[in-house]
Amino acid sequence: MLTKKECVAMLLAGGQGSRLYALTNQVAKPAVEFGAKNRIIDFPLSNCTNSGIDTVGVLTQYQPLVLNEYIGNGQPWDMDRTFGGVHVLPPYQGKKKSDWYKGTANAIYQNLSFIDRYQPEYVLILSGDHIYKMDYDAMLQDHKKNNADCTIAVLPVPMEEASRFGIMSMNAENRITEFEEKPKQPKSNLASMGIYIFTYSVLKQYLIDDENDPNSENDFGKNIIVNMLKDGKKLCGHRFEGYWKDVGTIKSLWEANMDLLGEKPNFDIFDTKQKIYARNAGDPPQYVGANACIQNSIIGSGVEIDGTVINSVIGSGVKIEEGAIVRDSVIFSNVVIKKNAMVELTIIDEETEIGCNAVVGATGKKGDICVVARNEKIADNTVIPAGTMYDSLNGGAK
Amino acid sequence: MKAVGIILSNIHDKNIPELTKVRSIASVPYGGRYRLIDFTLSNMVNSGITKVGVITKSNYQSLMDHVGSGKEWDLVRKNGGLFILPPFSDNSDNLYETRLQALNGVMNFLERCEEEIVVLSDSNIVCNMDLDAVIQKHVDAKADITCIYKKMTVCDTSYTVTSIKVDADDNVVDIASAKPSECTEVNAVVNLWVINRTMLIALIKDTLSREPKADFNLDVIGKNLGKIKVIGYEFDGYLAWITSLAKYYECNMELLEKDVRDELFNKKYKAIYTKVKDSAPTSYRSGAKVKNSFIADGCVIDGIVENSIISRGVTIGRGCVIKNSIILQDSIIMDNVNLNCVITDKDVVISSGKVLSGCEEMPFFLGKGTRV
Repeated sequence: MLTKKECVAMLLAGGQGSRLYALTNQVAKPAVEFGAKNRIIDFPLSNCTNSGIDTVGVLTQYQPLVLNEYIGNGQPWDMDRTFGGVHVLPPYQGKKKSDWYKGTANAIYQNLSFIDRYQPEYVLILSGDHIYKMDYDAMLQDHKKNNADCTIAVLPVPMEEASRFGIMSMNAENRITEFEEKPKQPKSNLASMGIYIFTYSVLKQYLIDDENDPNSENDFGKNIIVNMLKDGKKLCGHRFEGYWKDVGTIKSLWEANMDLLGEKPNFDIFDTKQKIYARNAGDPPQYVGANACIQNSIIGSGVEIDGTVINSVIGSGVKIEEGAIVRDSVIFSNVVIKKNAMVELTIIDEETEIGCNAVVGATGKKGDICVVARNEKIADNTVIPAGTMYDSLNGGAK
Repeated sequence: MKAVGIILSNIHDKNIPELTKVRSIASVPYGGRYRLIDFTLSNMVNSGITKVGVITKSNYQSLMDHVGSGKEWDLVRKNGGLFILPPFSDNSDNLYETRLQALNGVMNFLERCEEEIVVLSDSNIVCNMDLDAVIQKHVDAKADITCIYKKMTVCDTSYTVTSIKVDADDNVVDIASAKPSECTEVNAVVNLWVINRTMLIALIKDTLSREPKADFNLDVIGKNLGKIKVIGYEFDGYLAWITSLAKYYECNMELLEKDVRDELFNKKYKAIYTKVKDSAPTSYRSGAKVKNSFIADGCVIDGIVENSIISRGVTIGRGCVIKNSIILQDSIIMDNVNLNCVITDKDVVISSGKVLSGCEEMPFFLGKGTRV
C-alpha cells in the first residue's frame, strides 16, 4: 500500500454561519440540509471522491456534534480508507497551550502534523459552504503544468456583483497579478471561489511565518495569498465554468435550492456521472396520495404527500397532509405539515411540525424568506408573517 | 442465544420465470427500491443476527452485485458478517435441486459455526418480522425446530402449499403439502424456520443418507414428528409471499395501502435496508399529475401516474398516462405513452405514443432491456 498521498484536502467547516440564523442554532453550517437529500458538506466531499482524492481533513469548531455523526467513518463518500480517508479535526489541547482556530490559515497551521502524516506534494483547501460540482483533479493537473506555488479556482461573475467577492486580476498565462478582497472598483470580474491548491512545501513555510506574525489575522485570503503575491510566488488562476453558489445567507441558500427546479435546472444534480453522495437513513420510497398535487418540485425519500406542493424542495421523511399547500419553499427532513396548513416562501428546519390551518410566510410583506427553526411545534391556526425568523429558543418570532 | 442466518437465494426461481430469467429470486426488484432478499436480510440484522450465509446456485451475479460486501446491512464484520455460499459439487453438472441438498452443500459452513441456532429462510417472503421473538419462543419451549406459519386463504390451485396443524401448546402435530382444489384457509408454512444447529446437521445427514431427494418439510420435519420437538409460531403481521407473477403484481400494489407501508417500513429501529445508489431526489416537472403511487428516488416525472410503483431512476415523459403499473429501475417511458397493468423489468425503453395494456390477473410483462 502507498505510504504517501499526492494531494490531501483540508475542508474548512468551522464557520458559525451566523447569517443562516436559526438554521445554524444547533448544527454547523456545512451540516445544514440542501436539496431534499443532502447536506452542504456532501458537495465538497463528493467532489473529492469524484476527483480521486481520498484523504480529507474536516476542520470543525462550532456545533460539531451533528457534523461528526454525519461524517462518521466516511463510508458514504467511500472514504473509509485504511490509509487516508476522512478525519474530523477539532481544535485540541497541546502540552503547552491550546487554541481555538483563530482563522482559516491558523486552522490548517494547527493541523500540519495531520498533513505531514501523508507526505503530500499538494494540499487542496476547500470551504464547507459552497454548492457546486467540480473536478479538482483537472485543477491539480493545471497546477502541476503551470509549476505554480498556488492555484486559485476563479469564476467569472457579473461585473456589477464583483465588489462582493475576492477579485483576481490575471495575465494571459493565467498568472494572478493582483488580488483584492471586495474591491469598491473591481478591475476584473474573476472571483475567487475559496478553493486553493498549494504546493505543500511552500504552504507550510507561509503558514509557519504567518503564525509568527502577531499582526496577522491568520486568514488565507487576507494574509497567505497577499503575502505570496508580495513575495513574487507563482499564483495561477484555474477558470471554472459551471454552477457555483456560496450558500452563506438565507436568501442564497433558498435560491440555490430553487436552482434545482425546472425543466432545465440551473444546477443539475440529476447527472449520474457526477453523483453527490449522502449518508442514507434507509427510508422507503415516497408515497404520493390520492389528493396530492405536485408540480415543479423535487422530493426526497420516505416522504408522504397528500397535499399540494409547488416549486418546492421537500426533504426526506416529510409528511404533508391533505389540504396543506407548500409553495416556493424548502422543507428539511422529517417535518410534518398538517391538514390545510399553508407554507409559502419559507425554509423549515428539520423535525418541525406545522399545525393544522397554520399560515407560514404567506401574509404580510411578500418577498422576504421566512425561516422556522428545528424541533419547533407550531400550534394549529398560528400565523407567521412573511420574512419572520421563528425560533422559540431565541424568543420566538423576529 | 446466538443465531446464524441462512438464506436460500434460488429455491423459488421457477415460480416467476419472467423475472428470474436474468437473476435469482432473491434479487428480484420489489417495492420501488428493494430486492426481495432485503427483507429477509434486514429482518435478521434487526433481530441481532450478525452472521448470515446466502446459499446461491445460478444467475447470482445480480445478487452479488446487490449485496456486495454486506455493508448496507452492517454485515462487514471481523466476527461473522455476510458469507456468499456458492454451490458446492464434486460434479459441476450436478447442482443441488432441493433445499436439503443445498444445505448439505454448505455443510462445512454449518459445522464451523459456533452459534447454537440457525434461522433458515427462503427469499420470496416480504415482511418486517421480529425474529428475536421467534428465537426467544424457540428457546423457551426447548424446541428443536420452530416452524413459522401464517394463517392465510390459498386460492392458487397451481401452487403446492405446505401447511401444519398445531395443538394447544403450539406443538406441530401434522404437516402436509397439497395443491388446493378450492380456496382454503390453512396454516401455511412460509419456509422460515428456527432450528438448533447440531440437530439440523444431524437431520440433514441422516435424511439424505436414506432419501437423496428428500423434502425439508415433509421428510425432515414430517417424518420426525414425535421424535423431535417441532413447534409452530404464528406470524400475524403483514406478509407477502411471492409465488407467481400475478402474486408479485398483487403484493406490489398492496404497498399503496397505508397499513401495509406502515408495517413494512415505518417500524421504529426496524428499517429495511438496501443497496444505496446515491440517486438524486425525484423531480416532478410541470406536466406531473401523480396520485396514489409509490415512487423511489432519482425519477423524473412529467406525466400522469396513478396507482403505480415507480422504481429508482425511471423517466416518465410528458403526456404519459401510467396506471396500475410497476416500472422497474432505470426504465425510460418517452412522451405520450399509455400503460395500464404493465410490468417493465429494468432498463426497458418505451418509445413515444405507444399504448400497452394487461389486466390485473395477468399483467403485461416486458423483459429486461426490452425496447418497444
